[in-house]
Formats: sequence, structure tokens, C-alpha cells
Amino acid sequence: MSDQASSPGPATAAKKEDEQEPHASFGQALRDSILEGHTVTIIILAIFTGFVVGGLLNAFTNTTVLHAWGNFFSAPGHAIAAAWDTAVGAYVAMFEGSIFNPHTVAALFQQASFATAVHDGYLSAVFYPLSETCVQATPLILAGLAVALPYQAGLFNIGAESQLIGGMIVATYLGYGVSLPLGVHVVVCVIGGFVGGAALGWLVGELKARTGAHEVITTIMLNYIMIYFLTYLLSFGYLMQAPHATNPVSPIIAGSAHLPHLFGPSLRINAGFLIALACAAGMWWLLNRTTTGFEFRSIGKNPSAARVAGMNVERNWVLVMLIAGGLAGLSGAAVIQGTDFSLNFQSYGTYGIDAITVALLGFGRPFGVVLAGLLFGALRAGAPLMQAATGTPVDMVQVLEAVIVLLIAAPALIRTMYRLRAARGGGVGGVMSKGWNG
Amino acid sequence: MELELKGITKRFGSLVANDRIDLSVAPGQVHALLGENGAGKTTLMNVLYGLLQPDEGEILLDNKAVRFGSPKDAIAAGIGMVHQHFMLVPVFTVAENVTLGIEETRRSGLLDRRRTRQDVRELSRRYGLEVDPDALVENLPVGIQQRVEIVKALVREATVLILDEPTAVLTPAETEDLFRIIRQLKDGGRSIVFISHKLKEVQAIADTITVLRRGKVVGQRPPGTTEDELASLMVGRDVQLRVSKEAAKPGDVVLDVADLTVADETGRIWVNGASFQVRAGEILGMAGVQGNGQTELCEALMGLRPTASGQVTLNGRDLTQATPRQRLHAGVAYVPEDRQEDGLVGEFSVADNMVLDTYDRPPYASGIKLNLDAIASNAAERVKEFDVRTTSVDAPVATLSGGNQQKVILARELAREHKVLVASQPTRGLDVGSIEFVHRRIVEQRDKGVAVLIVSAELDEIYALADRIAVMYEGKITGFRPPTVPAEELGLLMAGATDQDPGPEPTPSAPTAIPGAGQ
Repeated sequence: MSDQASSPGPATAAKKEDEQEPHASFGQALRDSILEGHTVTIIILAIFTGFVVGGLLNAFTNTTVLHAWGNFFSAPGHAIAAAWDTAVGAYVAMFEGSIFNPHTVAALFQQASFATAVHDGYLSAVFYPLSETCVQATPLILAGLAVALPYQAGLFNIGAESQLIGGMIVATYLGYGVSLPLGVHVVVCVIGGFVGGAALGWLVGELKARTGAHEVITTIMLNYIMIYFLTYLLSFGYLMQAPHATNPVSPIIAGSAHLPHLFGPSLRINAGFLIALACAAGMWWLLNRTTTGFEFRSIGKNPSAARVAGMNVERNWVLVMLIAGGLAGLSGAAVIQGTDFSLNFQSYGTYGIDAITVALLGFGRPFGVVLAGLLFGALRAGAPLMQAATGTPVDMVQVLEAVIVLLIAAPALIRTMYRLRAARGGGVGGVMSKGWNG
Repeated sequence: MELELKGITKRFGSLVANDRIDLSVAPGQVHALLGENGAGKTTLMNVLYGLLQPDEGEILLDNKAVRFGSPKDAIAAGIGMVHQHFMLVPVFTVAENVTLGIEETRRSGLLDRRRTRQDVRELSRRYGLEVDPDALVENLPVGIQQRVEIVKALVREATVLILDEPTAVLTPAETEDLFRIIRQLKDGGRSIVFISHKLKEVQAIADTITVLRRGKVVGQRPPGTTEDELASLMVGRDVQLRVSKEAAKPGDVVLDVADLTVADETGRIWVNGASFQVRAGEILGMAGVQGNGQTELCEALMGLRPTASGQVTLNGRDLTQATPRQRLHAGVAYVPEDRQEDGLVGEFSVADNMVLDTYDRPPYASGIKLNLDAIASNAAERVKEFDVRTTSVDAPVATLSGGNQQKVILARELAREHKVLVASQPTRGLDVGSIEFVHRRIVEQRDKGVAVLIVSAELDEIYALADRIAVMYEGKITGFRPPTVPAEELGLLMAGATDQDPGPEPTPSAPTAIPGAGQ
């Protein structure tokens, strides 16, 4: 209310400034970006609630459990135990598939010597779940950054999908069509992936800057264009279809274009994961430590003041979309060069849409996106084992993701459920509603 | 109905927004609540309107204690409020807005539109409001929209009407109309609580003036009290309402605007062949009723709007086609009309806003790398120099009061090397203390030899600052006058009268012959 009453005056403000570190260190900024006060509470509760809802859904669609409930009055304890076992069992399997499986450790210690254990792959078995989580997380993080970065500049990038396809096409083509020395080839392909995505991002930015076309519309439309363009490319031998293939698949890329494994051939984790982490750190640095990032953020928060301050809003739109497209393109390159090694007409999967949920869950910040990508990556890595071990369909993962994102987009729900007091800020839900006004 | 507030205290954390406030409003009285921004006026009224619950104290209506849990209770008790920002649905008609929330229905359950329209017409006639019930609100000027708000309160049978800063958005003529309406309401036995920080208005309309400062009642005065006394009460120290300044010593022409025409995308012409010059060491005051092209003129000067024809030169350098950044670099300091929209990034810190247009130049950046230490130390220095009241330079600028936000903009613009200062409505919405500060800084700039262009809709401000006055009407400059010109004459020019007689200043059709200073 009264600034005079509440402020200690300029002299003390200046003194305080001297005592404190004048700007946040990297670690401090990292902590800030993770611990956004009330926001973090909401995210944790949303994830928790997601698991509870998923567990209930799982328990009460399981035939064994339903049968036990049918005999509820004769054996009530049995019914409840069956429900609990089903729900928890699925999550335990998921955990074992994505993070850590005790059986693999037990197996490791039963080996005669450490050397033979390593040789026979028992050590890598211990780390296999974590490796899978990172592999699954890599494209999610990169594509999530492709949505989060434009969001900081006030743009809503729905087109991670098309940009990712652009990156995949270029990376794949360079991967099988060009022969280059070992080491050079993989780098050229990764750069090609960036360029392929960046070209599409640039197109969106240029359309917005020159004609005012809203990026939400153009990116959605480009998604369709690229999906069909990909099918077209893969349908003709003289384009990108593999020789003698009858399906729409590309040739397999050369070994020299593979992203190197980080911990030997038995773990799929590869350099793509490092690229994703480096991009997140790079995005943080760009946004917070450079004049370009200052312009992006100014334009995102108040474009008219940015214009008055002499910033070229249109040029920044083009630039931010170009970089974002490049990030999505890298995501595509990481999939092709890290795990898939060839392109088919469905290689783009659901990464484009998942990118939006990852960016939302990471509240548009680079390290938030990394954490969100790891969470979703873990869910995906754990899903196959869950299905194999407990019969719970992998679709359970989508239920979890949907509930989590829904609750985060509507923080009032969480506050009501857990009787939290309303936060002062808009909460994370503001991310969604504000994005569209940009 | 007699309204009495007894010992109202409202705290926000450690901040006491209202400290044991006593106030009584008699029927048929206009009670003015005078105070600077942040003095606690609005908090007090929100308590009265049921938006906030007091921590201590009670509200008495006709000597009976009441509790308002929500505005609904307050409205039921006969209290109406016209907020500073109107609560109207733009695409609805006046009648629809008035009836919103208390819709009258016929027996069939359909809306009884005719009845509402009649109510509006009847009230409109009785109080001389002249509101057409079928007009769409979005097509109405601000002054009429405000009357719609008043009608809304009256339809809900308000006997105590709270007007929160009602004149902030009005032109002088609209203010006069509002005062006429207030007097009629008063004669009808209703009481009015008039919240303002404008001394002249309070003197003109109030029966009793209560002055608030930092949450406390610091005095009650009759309307005859002098402006100086009210101002000192409000601010807590002696205030100069008009900064003292010496005669200008104009130098060479710095800013030369020749035959400037500005049109918008639809082809509508906002500035029509305006020509004027501003010399080093003089203040040119651009007077005119809001909406006559002043905003567009400033935006065109800054390169934010394309120029249809004409020329803008700064020290002989043609800037007509220059980008905003080129103009800033050429030495134009700019204080935009709407500081929150165009001057500041609200969520950014004070420090970041202090370099909003210099972040890419040394010492704040080397290459593309920001130099955060330089930005922080610059902010600390500027905050001190301009006495910006903020808890920290890292605080978001949106948390500052209007006056302090304006100081941030001034500090930023004046720290840059500049030859011209273009300030549009530089003290709009500011309290007395801040106005004094801003005016002093502007005169200081003139004395340093900067060419200053002030655009203001407030005649007081034009008279306080200008060494030469230009008047704009419908995009044209209708005349130049010395600051000694009587207000009536300016009023005529502002209403579109043109220079027929060859006065001391030539007409704008002969721009080359404009003498440097008005005196």
C-alpha cells in the first residue's frame, strides 16, 4: 500500500545492496528456478495426486481386484489388500523399470568377482533403468525447451512437432547419404538436425513478423504439412525411401553418424542426453546473462515497453523461433542418431505435444524443463516393465501425465484439495492462460 | 442516512494501512478524502464497501453498528461505489450493464428490458446524467461511462456514494459535468465520499475535507482552506505547488518538426501538418484536450508510428525515417504517456528497468554478455540520486507507487546522454510530492541546456513549466502563446479557435518565422 511506510529508504536499500551479492550465482539461480515457493508445492502435490488417481484407476479396473470386491462382505480385508497390492505393485514395477531394480544388485553381488560381473553385463544391468530414463528424457527435454524458450518471449510454440520432423529429415539424410570421417559425421548430422528445425522455426517467426500471422495457427498448420511431407519423402525410392523397402522407411544411417554411447554399448544412454543438458544450461545463460535474453524477456513481459525502449520486436520473434526450431530439430536428431537410426512415417511420435506438457510442468524455465523431462522420461522407461510384470497397460502413463498437467494448469483445484492458502502470484496456471495473449 | 466510521484499523502484515480512522458523513454532504497515493484512502473505502474486513473499529449507519462481509452487504445497506477502473461490460448496452446482477424478469422468466430502460431514463432525467440506455458502453466516452457507473449505484438505491479518484480519467469539461451531477445528488439527500489527491477539485466540491497521511487522519478542514495548507497536510512538509524557475535562455534550435503528418493504419489523420521548434534551454508546453493527436505526435517523434509526411530533425540531423533505437541514440530522452504500458516492464526489477534502453551498451554489456555488476551499481546510484522509494533494486518495478515508477523512468532517461527531453503527461496520476519532484527535474534539465517538449492535458502543468505554449486541436497546432496568456484564451484555442489576428507568434503555416522563445 504505502511505499513510504514500508520502505527503508534509498540509503538502506543501497547499503543492503552492497552487503549482498549483487546478482544471483549460478547455483542460486538454479535453486530459485527449482524452488519457486508455492509453485513447487503445487507441482509436488499434483504429481502425488496424479499417482493416487492412477493407482485407484488401476486398482479398480483390475479383474482380480473387482472380483475381490465382489466378495467384499465375506472378506473385506482381502478386497482392500488386493486393491492396494495392484496399485502399489504397478508403481513398484515402474520404479524398477525406470530408476533402480534391487534384483539386479543382488545378481551383481552373487558374481564371483567384480571383473567378471562387469564383463557379463551385471553392472550395466544395475544402471539400465536409469539409462533408459535418460534416453526417454532426452527428446522430451530438447522439445520442451523448444516450447519454453519462445514462451519466455511471449510466443506459444505448438510446432515442436514440425520442427522435430524437419530436424529428423536433415539428420537422417546426412546420416545415410553422406560419408564423412568418424567424429565429423556425427557432428555434421547434429548440426544438420538443428538447421532443419531452425528453418521451420524461422519460417514461423518470419510469417509473424512480416504478416502478423499468429504463431499458434501457423505452427499447427506446419505440423500437418511436415507430417505429410515426411510420408511423401518416405514413399519414393528416389527421395528418402530405403532401397527395396515396401514400407515408408528410410535407409539406416551410417555407424559414424550414431551418437556415441556414454557408458558402453549395453546402456543406451548416449551423447544426446549431454546435448539436452547443455542446451538447458545454454538457454539459462542466454536468457539471464545476455542482451539477447534481456530482449526476449522484455518482449515476453511487455512488448510495447520493449518497442519504446528501442528493441526490434519483430526481429526478436524471428530469432527466438529460429533457436526454438533448432532445439526441436536437435530433439529429432537425438532420436534418430541416438536410438532409432532410421526414419519412418511415425518417428515423430507424440514428442510435439509432450513438449508442451513438459514445458508447462517445468513452468517455462530451463531447469524446470529438465526435471519435467526426467519425470516423464522415467514414466515412459518404467511403463514396459510395469506392463510385463503386472499386466497394467502402458497407457497408465498417459493417465498419470494427464492428471498431473491438468492439476498444474488448474492450481485452484490443488489448493482446494489440500486446503492451501491462495498464493500471491498467479501460480503456474498463469503460464497457460498468459501464453495465448502473447 | 448518517454514516460513521469509528477507529477503523486495517493491517497488511507489518504495514498499518489504516490506523484508528474516525470519519462521519452527514446526509446531503460531500465529504472529500484527500491524501497522497498510498495514504490509505482506497483501503478505507474497501473496508467500508465490504471488500476488506477491518482488524479493529466499527462502521455505524444511523448509529447502528453494521458488519459488511462482502460488497453485497454494503450494497444492501445503501452504499454504492464507483471504482477508479470501471466495472462495465463494453459490448453490453448501458441498460444491460445497469441491470447486470439484479436483472428484472417478467413473469415468463424473460428479461424485462423495458423496465430497466425506463429506470435508467428516469434516473438520468432526475439527476441530469444524460445517459442513453441503448448506447453500447464501448462507444461511450470515459465521462459517460462513469455516469453509467453512477446510475448502476443509484439503481441499487445507494444513499452513500463512494467515488474513487473519479476525475483521474476525465477532461476538464467532463470534470465540470461530474461536479454538477454530484451537486444534484447532494441536493437529493445522498451523501458522497469523494476520494482524490487533487487539491483544486476537493476545494471546489467538498463540504468537509479529511486529510489522510500514512494511514492516519491528520486533519479535517473546511473547503475554504488554502491549497498550500492542504498540500502541506497531505505531504507532511511544506510543498511548492509551483516550482520556481528563472526566465529561459533559449539557445539554438535542437528539435525541428516541419509539417509533420501522422496517420494510422485506417488512414485516419491524427497529426495534421504540425510544425514547431524546440530550442536548447527552453520548455515548449504542448497543451490540448486529450485525444487531439498529442499521443500520436509523441509516438511519431519517437519512431513508434510511421510518418506520413513532413520532417523531424535533431541538431540538423534528419531523423524522419530513423528507428526508435536510432532516435534514442541520437539523444532523445522520452517519458511516455502511459508509464506502465510503454515505460516499464512491470515484472522486471528496478535495476533492469533502469537499463531498459541502454542494456546493450557499455558499461552494461560487453558484446552480448550482460554486465550484471554494472547494472546493479547503476541502479543503486540512480535510486539514491532520484530518491526512489523501493525495498531493493531487485524488487519488481510494478510493486512501486506511481510516483516512484515515474522516477525510475526519469532516472533512466536522464542518465543517458540526451539533447532533447520529450515528456508526455509526465505527472499524470502522481501525488503532490511527486509532481513537485518531477517538475523540478524538468526545469533543471532546461537550465542545463536541454530542449524540452512537455505534452500535457493539465493546464496547471503547462503554466507551471512552459516557456512557450503551443496548443493542439484535432491534429493541428492552433497557436503559439507566451506563458502569460490568460487561460480563457488557451481554452478557446483548445476548443478549435484558430489564430485570426497576427499575434506575437506567427501561425504554424509559416514555421520558419517562429521566434525562439515566447518572452
